[in-house]
Amino acid sequence: MLSYAARRFLGAIPTLFVIITLAFFMMRAAPGGPFDAERSLPPDIKRNVEATYNLDKPLYQQYVLYLERLAHFDLGPSFKTKDFTVTQMIADGLPVSARLGFAAIFIAIAFGISLGTVSALNQNRWGDYSVMTLAMIGITIPTFVTAPILTLLFGVYGIHLFGVDIRLPVGGWNDGAVRNMILPVAVLALPQIAVISRLVRGSMVEVLNSHYVRTARAKGLPNRLVVTRHALRAGLLPLVSYLGPAIAYMLTGSLVVEQVFQLPGIGRYFVQGALNRDYTLVMGVVIFYASFVILLNLLADILYAVLDPRVRYRA
Amino acid sequence: MTVIDSDIALRSVRGRSLWEDARRRMLRNRAAMLSLIVLSVIALMAIFAPLLSAYDYDAQDYNVVSCAPDWWPGSDVVCRAGGTHWFGTDALGRDLFVRVLYGARISLAVGLVATLVSLIIGVTYGAVAGYVGGWVDAIMMRFVDVLYSLPYIFFVIILMVVFRRNFILLFVAIGAVEWLTMARIVRGQTLSIKQKEFIEAARASGVGTFAMVARHMVPNVLGPVVIYVTLSIPAVILAESFLSFLGLGIQEPLTSWGVLISEGKDQMDSAPWLLAFPATFMAVTLFCFNFIGDGLRDAFDPKDR
Repeated sequence: MLSYAARRFLGAIPTLFVIITLAFFMMRAAPGGPFDAERSLPPDIKRNVEATYNLDKPLYQQYVLYLERLAHFDLGPSFKTKDFTVTQMIADGLPVSARLGFAAIFIAIAFGISLGTVSALNQNRWGDYSVMTLAMIGITIPTFVTAPILTLLFGVYGIHLFGVDIRLPVGGWNDGAVRNMILPVAVLALPQIAVISRLVRGSMVEVLNSHYVRTARAKGLPNRLVVTRHALRAGLLPLVSYLGPAIAYMLTGSLVVEQVFQLPGIGRYFVQGALNRDYTLVMGVVIFYASFVILLNLLADILYAVLDPRVRYRA
Repeated sequence: MTVIDSDIALRSVRGRSLWEDARRRMLRNRAAMLSLIVLSVIALMAIFAPLLSAYDYDAQDYNVVSCAPDWWPGSDVVCRAGGTHWFGTDALGRDLFVRVLYGARISLAVGLVATLVSLIIGVTYGAVAGYVGGWVDAIMMRFVDVLYSLPYIFFVIILMVVFRRNFILLFVAIGAVEWLTMARIVRGQTLSIKQKEFIEAARASGVGTFAMVARHMVPNVLGPVVIYVTLSIPAVILAESFLSFLGLGIQEPLTSWGVLISEGKDQMDSAPWLLAFPATFMAVTLFCFNFIGDGLRDAFDPKDR
C-alpha cells in the first residue's frame, strides 16, 4: 500500500510539470502584457517595472526562473494587485471557497445518499421516478441558471413561509455570515445532489440484487439492517472515487457561483487574473487546483482500497 | 425435406442484428422519442430562424426597450407599439424571440462541431491505441491520463483569453478537450472486441485487415460512441454557455444561450422574461439530449438499466 502511494505520488510530478509548462507558455502567448494598461506608462518606467518582474528577459529564462521559484513553493508576486504575493491572494480566497465548498459537499453527500438509497429501494416505482426526474433536472440545469433564479425568488422577491418573510442577501460575503452563504451553497450543492443520488441509485440497485444481500435477507435480517449493514457499505464505494475530484472542484471554488454572488474566493481571482493578464496569479491558481485534484484523486484511490477488501494495489 | 422447408426454417430463426435490436428498443422508449421530436423542432426553428420572425437578430428599436411580451402576466410595459414581439424585447429593443433562435443556432452549432472534432480525434486515437496495443498503447494512454488531470475549464479560459475570443477557436478548444473520454471509450471497446470469438472466426476465414476493421470492429465500437456523442453534445453546449456567461465566449451582436442568460440575469428583477426564455430553451434542449442518450444506452445495453 505504502509503495503504491509513493509510486502514485512520484507519478504525479511529471503530470504537474506538464500542467505548469502548458499554462506558462499559453499565458505568455497571449497578446498584451500585464502592464499595457489603458494609460500607457512612460517607456523608462515601463522598462523598470518589467525588469522588476523579470519580464525583460527572454521567455525561456523567465520559465526557468519561475520553476526555480516554484521549487521553493513561491508562486511569485501578483502582477496586478500591488504588494500582494499570489500565495497571499490564494490564502485570502481559500477560506471563502473552502467554507462554501465544505458546506455544499456535506449537504450534497447527505441528501444524495438518502435520495439515491430511497430511489434504489423503490426501483421502478413512483418514488424512484420522481427522485430520478429531479436528479435529471439538477444535472441538466446549469448553475448559471439556478443561481439567478434562486436569487430572484429568495433574494429579490422574497418568500412568505409560515408567516415569516424570508429574504436572503443576493451577494457579498459579509465575513461568512450564514445568511449570505445559504444561496451560494444551495446553488453549488444542487447539481452535486443530483449526480450523487444517480450514482448511489445505480450502485445500490446492483448491490441489492447481489447474492450476499439475498443471503442476508434469507437469514431473516430485518430490512433496515440489510440495507445499512450490508447493502450500503458496498453500494457507497463508487461514491469514494467520485468524491475525490468533486471535492477538489468544490473547495477551490466555483467560477460561476463566486462571480454571480460576488464572493471573494479563488474562482473569482482566476477569472479576473485571466482577463487582466495577471500571469503569476493565473498560474498560481492553476497549479494549486491541479495539485489539489491530483492529491484528492490519490486519497480517493487509497481510501477505496482500504474500504474494499477486493481491491489490492500491487507496487 | 425440401429446399423450401429448410429455407423457411432458416428464415424463422434469422437473428436480429445488434442495430436492429437497438432500434426497436429505442422506438419503444417514449421519453427518448418525445425528446427526439422536441429537439428536431428546436433545431428546425433554429435553422429557419430568419423566416420565422419579421425582425433581425441585431435590429434595435428604441421605441420598444425591455418590454414584456403582450401575454406576460402583470406587466404594464408591453410591446404593442413596435408590433408583436412574442418573447418581448431586450434592453436595446431587440426582439428576444429571434435572438433566442439565433442563440440556438450558435449553441447547437458549437455542440455539433466541437463534438465532431472530439469524435474524429478521439475515435482515431482510441482505435489506433487499442488495435496496435503494446507499448504504443501504453504511451498513448499515459498521455491521455496526463491531459485528463489538467483543470480543463481553466485551460479553455486561458485559450479564449489568449486568442481573443475567436469564434472558430471556441469550437476547436472545447472539442480538443472533449476527445479524451472518447479516446478512452474507443480504446476500451477495441481492446475487448479484439479478443472476441467472432473476430477470431473472421480472421480464420481469411478476412483482410481493412474489411475486419470496417465490417467487424467499427460497427461494434459505434454503439458506445453514439451514446457518448449524445451525452457530450449537451456538455459542450453547457461549456460554451458557461464561457459566454463569464464574457469569454460569443461576442455581441452575435449571441448564444449563455450570452442571453447572462444578459437576462442582469435585468431579472425588472424584465424576468429575458432570463426565462433562453433558460427554458437551453434546459429543454439539455434535457432532450440527456433523455436520448439514456435511451440509446438502454437500447444498446439493455441489461444495464
